[in-house]
Amino acid sequence: MNPLHKRYSKEIDQILDKYPEDQKRSAVMPLLYIAQREAGYVSREEMEQIGEILSITATEVASIVGFYTLYHDHPEGKYRIQVCNDLPCAMRGADDYLNALCDRLGVQPGETTEDGVITVEAVMCLAACDKAPMFQSQSSQGIAYHENQSVDSTMQQVEKWRQESAA
Amino acid sequence: MNDRILLRHLDIKDIAKLPVYKQQGGFQAFEKAVTKMQPSEVTDTVFDSGLRGRGGAGFPTGLKWRFMDKDNWPHYVTVNADESEPGTFKDREIMESNPWQFLEGVMLSAYAVGATEAYIYLRGEFWELGHALDKQIAKLEKEGLLGDSLFGTDYSLRLYTHLGAGAYICGEETALLESLEGKLGQPRLRPPFPPSYGLYGKPTVVNNVETLANVPLIIEKGADWYRGYGTEKSPGTKVFSLSGRVKNPGNYELPLGTTFRELIFEHGGGIIDDKNVKAIMPAGASSSMIVANDEALDTPMDYENVPNVGAQLGSASIIVVDETVSMDWLINKTLHFFKHESCGKCTPCREGTFWMQNLTERIHHQQASWDDVILLNDVASNIKGKCLCALGDFATEAVTTSIERFPEDFKQVAPIKITEDETKAVA
Repeated sequence: MNPLHKRYSKEIDQILDKYPEDQKRSAVMPLLYIAQREAGYVSREEMEQIGEILSITATEVASIVGFYTLYHDHPEGKYRIQVCNDLPCAMRGADDYLNALCDRLGVQPGETTEDGVITVEAVMCLAACDKAPMFQSQSSQGIAYHENQSVDSTMQQVEKWRQESAA
Repeated sequence: MNDRILLRHLDIKDIAKLPVYKQQGGFQAFEKAVTKMQPSEVTDTVFDSGLRGRGGAGFPTGLKWRFMDKDNWPHYVTVNADESEPGTFKDREIMESNPWQFLEGVMLSAYAVGATEAYIYLRGEFWELGHALDKQIAKLEKEGLLGDSLFGTDYSLRLYTHLGAGAYICGEETALLESLEGKLGQPRLRPPFPPSYGLYGKPTVVNNVETLANVPLIIEKGADWYRGYGTEKSPGTKVFSLSGRVKNPGNYELPLGTTFRELIFEHGGGIIDDKNVKAIMPAGASSSMIVANDEALDTPMDYENVPNVGAQLGSASIIVVDETVSMDWLINKTLHFFKHESCGKCTPCREGTFWMQNLTERIHHQQASWDDVILLNDVASNIKGKCLCALGDFATEAVTTSIERFPEDFKQVAPIKITEDETKAVA
């Protein structure tokens, strides 16, 4: 058992049970979520370990990380604020919201605040077009939707996250 | 209105709680099917109801189930809960607010095609929803509604959720299957179609969330009851996701055949600041651009009539565009999306979306000439029909129909002088 498997053995074994015995590769996406849960990204070592568990190469695991946008291969802010500014959201002010939020945080879209707590990104449609402006947060606590946002309401949430990170 | 079939949480408080759903007759259809009906009878009832796939293609659901290869086992059911089309947000509401009915629909479809395992493929962003469904599935196992030897028969069934990780293309059914197999979400060459070669190479039904949520009441009340809603060729109700420049965006469940005017002005409250409606995209960002004149507004929203005004109903994600929006800006937005979401497998789509967005970026920022508009139209026309899946075509619909139907918007931003002949070259 490699370090990743040992650390999350019960959870990983439960996931492996969902798929047929000879189709373990299906578990690559759920295993990647486990691997990046704490640090917010998947390291090369962890990709190798996932490959070992599923009998596929580390390169194949890395290709999955590269293809899907919710996996990350390097560290960023502890909390990612992912703003949808696709067409329906943009028609309800999402671009202005994103720009104003970035101004308040002193970053450009895609950048991380100096304290390392927040990364702001523009992302593709999140299926919440009627509740724009909105963003999803991605962090060690999982992925959560924050709908009907204003810059002020988002900044209140940012302050909470900053306090939690300082504590 | 008390005629909702899908968004029943708006009529029945707490239907998201299992005891309340059961009080409303929940899971009786599943028990009846497993104990008293042959799988083929369930399929026949769904076929007779005329239910058509709600994910966008509108393919008859019962027919899809009949296509399952009966000489190759096991069979799988896979639920497409990868809702990612800009403008579409109906499946999330159904799964969040009326989850048991959705799950019962999955269970009935599994019984109908003889599947003992079903996977619900959710987009990764529906992380919270996926965890909620896991708990609900565990509850059903505890109650003996899922598991081995159901109701004393030899039928067994297990449901699993599987989270994607942010790729629009996985809403395409064969890309979804690839992704579920742990590979890149890239479409397969078809045929063979999933009912003969699907998940792990086995016969597989892939159905949309909304489609399956219709099934419990069809089995409970019968095909004729279902045909009492909607039109002859498009029976039933549909959840219309209304977004864009309307006062009250949201999901509205209405009979198929309701007019655009009723949806936008009665239910949606009309246009923000009472501006004029300019265009309608009935199938999300993949849609052709309908000119919102009186004829279009009075068109019934169903699979047969929407093509008469030059578009498809698709997933019925109605994006409303008003006079404040310019089409050069709009297609720059949709192409930004499609360029990002092209999976890279087919050259016309991968390269075409890149070059189209390169052009729209220049056109939108007034750094282009009319020649560039013609070139854009030309690139778009050359992508159509040349890719393995529909994404390439989808990326071009808004482009070519905007240039054709709203040429003024492009003349304003592509400032170099235009002669009559050059205008005609596009139209």
